[in-house]
Amino acid sequence: MTAMRQPTILMCPPEYYGIEYEINPWMSRARGAVRETAQAQWRMLYETLLGLGVRVELLTPQPGLPDLVFTANAGLVFKNRFISSRFRHEVRARETPHFDAWFASHGFQVEHLPEGMYFEGAGDALFCGPILFAGYRIRSDALAHQEVGRMIGKVVLPLELVQGHFYHLDTCFCPLAPGEAIWYPPAFDAYAQRVIRSQIPRLIEVNDHDARRFGCNAVVIGRTVVVNTGCGQLTEDLEQAGYRVVTTPLDEFLKAGGSAKCLTLRLDGEEAAVWDG
Amino acid sequence: MTAYPFHEEVVLEGHIIDSLILPKVLDEILMHGGTYELKEIHVGQRQVDPSRARIEVRAPTEQTLREILDAIHDHGAVPAVSEDCQWLAADMDGAFPENFYSTTNHRTQVRLHGEWVDVENMEMDCGILVEPERRFATTIPMVHVRRGDRIVIGHRGVRVLAGEEGIRKSLFEFMSSPVSSEKPKGVTVREIAHAMRRTREAGQKILAVLGPAVVHTGGVEHLCWLIRRGFIHILFAGNALATHDIEQALYGTSLGVWMDRGLPAEEGHQHHLRAINTIRRVGGIKRAVERGILRSGIMHDCVKHGVPFVLAGSIRDDGPLPEVITDVLEAQDRMREQIRTGVGFCLMIATALHSIATGNLLPAWVKVACVDINPSTVTKLMDRGSIQTVGVVTDAEPFLRSLVHELQMTEAETRV
Repeated sequence: MTAMRQPTILMCPPEYYGIEYEINPWMSRARGAVRETAQAQWRMLYETLLGLGVRVELLTPQPGLPDLVFTANAGLVFKNRFISSRFRHEVRARETPHFDAWFASHGFQVEHLPEGMYFEGAGDALFCGPILFAGYRIRSDALAHQEVGRMIGKVVLPLELVQGHFYHLDTCFCPLAPGEAIWYPPAFDAYAQRVIRSQIPRLIEVNDHDARRFGCNAVVIGRTVVVNTGCGQLTEDLEQAGYRVVTTPLDEFLKAGGSAKCLTLRLDGEEAAVWDG
Repeated sequence: MTAYPFHEEVVLEGHIIDSLILPKVLDEILMHGGTYELKEIHVGQRQVDPSRARIEVRAPTEQTLREILDAIHDHGAVPAVSEDCQWLAADMDGAFPENFYSTTNHRTQVRLHGEWVDVENMEMDCGILVEPERRFATTIPMVHVRRGDRIVIGHRGVRVLAGEEGIRKSLFEFMSSPVSSEKPKGVTVREIAHAMRRTREAGQKILAVLGPAVVHTGGVEHLCWLIRRGFIHILFAGNALATHDIEQALYGTSLGVWMDRGLPAEEGHQHHLRAINTIRRVGGIKRAVERGILRSGIMHDCVKHGVPFVLAGSIRDDGPLPEVITDVLEAQDRMREQIRTGVGFCLMIATALHSIATGNLLPAWVKVACVDINPSTVTKLMDRGSIQTVGVVTDAEPFLRSLVHELQMTEAETRV
């Protein structure tokens, strides 16, 4: 979006965060997350965003909902509309009433997809320019994306995800600006790779190492990219492309299959999104 | 394009061209061994407008079709039919509601609560009774309708999975035409023998439907061989076949003619009536076998080898024999019961009446060989919808003799 407005992001403090179940290949209850470290890392991300001029809204954490911290999966924000997620896993579906209540009380029109479809919000649906790129098969359904396209009247291009470690689109694809994105090609099937290549003229490929550090799970504020530490090659490539890179450690969240992007939900439209016209 | 028998129409909507979802779905169909026909495609005018494609997916087997539909469903292709079948509660006993769906003998499915459910006990000229809460559907003959039964009406949400022609090829591999009056009989008989073996190997039953000419022409011993060797598992016939078979067993004549000499016996015309009387006096065929009165023949061997039989009566019957069912509706029901125990092949010999009656009850996937001296019997059978029939125009005994010979040869081969 044009950057005259203050960027606004929804986050949820990790008071009850932990590995309490295993719904993706990163999660291991045996390994667990270190609570104090997680809280410190979340705090650092929060401070970083404030430092970049972001207004951060906070959702009240809820006991028994360890993944509520991953606000990106709440739903899809389009203008003043909030299309609520339909989580594939019951353990996460319990987060929905809390997200819905927050959005309803903050002036958003809360909408739901028909039952029997799965859709995991901004985790699987990201605008790059006027097009909504949408990951499917592992968490969200192609059918749900078609429905979202109908609801918002935008072009939706479903992209098939093929690697369990990159189960959401935001773990392997991150729009930087209209026509520009970082991505990890092996996470997509051949058709999706062709679609991305044909639709987005400037692409930065993330290597295996940085992809597994969740380099694609980045937060973009203006020309600044906030990303997990240890993504050396990606940092270099982004800087070469004219971006400023801020790294912040997020390993305790990587244990749950999340990083910077998963911990945030942009409420005023991502930098790369073009909603009008 | 290959005209595969199993098909389903799906709809794909959205930005299916830019996202390459449409080519991907079509590729998936081909990769899984199916084919497709693009029935309709509507391309959005502007980039932002969604497109819509209606695709007919075809597959060689039902399982392949399921696999394809499952695979493409993941990309957003959904069945085009989204309507359940409609039904009405019957308003009276013994009749369907108006506009009832009339069945064929082909495999049929009805859609209940969004799911395609097989109609059980497939039979032509029936209605379909549904119990939606149990996801259950079955054919029901008109006479069995009870007030309140839920009967399918109209055609919506009903689909017929035709395309049995392919199966005829596999069961009767070399037969190009259904009736062979001027064809080498040897090939036909070999094919029938082969089909009988395959049926037995598949664990299915062979049903024989016989007319009295089997006895008159001297075919009893061949038929007994088939029963004893386990090539016939169920017998349908009328009073005449059983009567003349028993007459031969008790008197050595059939219709009063000596079977060994071919000459009429003195007072021979009474033999069949005396035979019936003897059986009636002891209370039935089974009793007569148990008491040692009936010691040979088709009926004797059926009793001895546990081959169930249904003898259906007709208006010209003498006697009849105690086992003959004179209520035709009851006879139909007994025949249905037997067919539903797993009949996979049906051999009809020298009877138009019982062949057509049986053809009416058989689902289209049960293959039929119809042997009759009169080509019109086969034609009649096929005209009444039993298109799975292969006909052999010949007399009963010569056919049976060569069939037994064929089966004996293959038995000998397997032993070697």
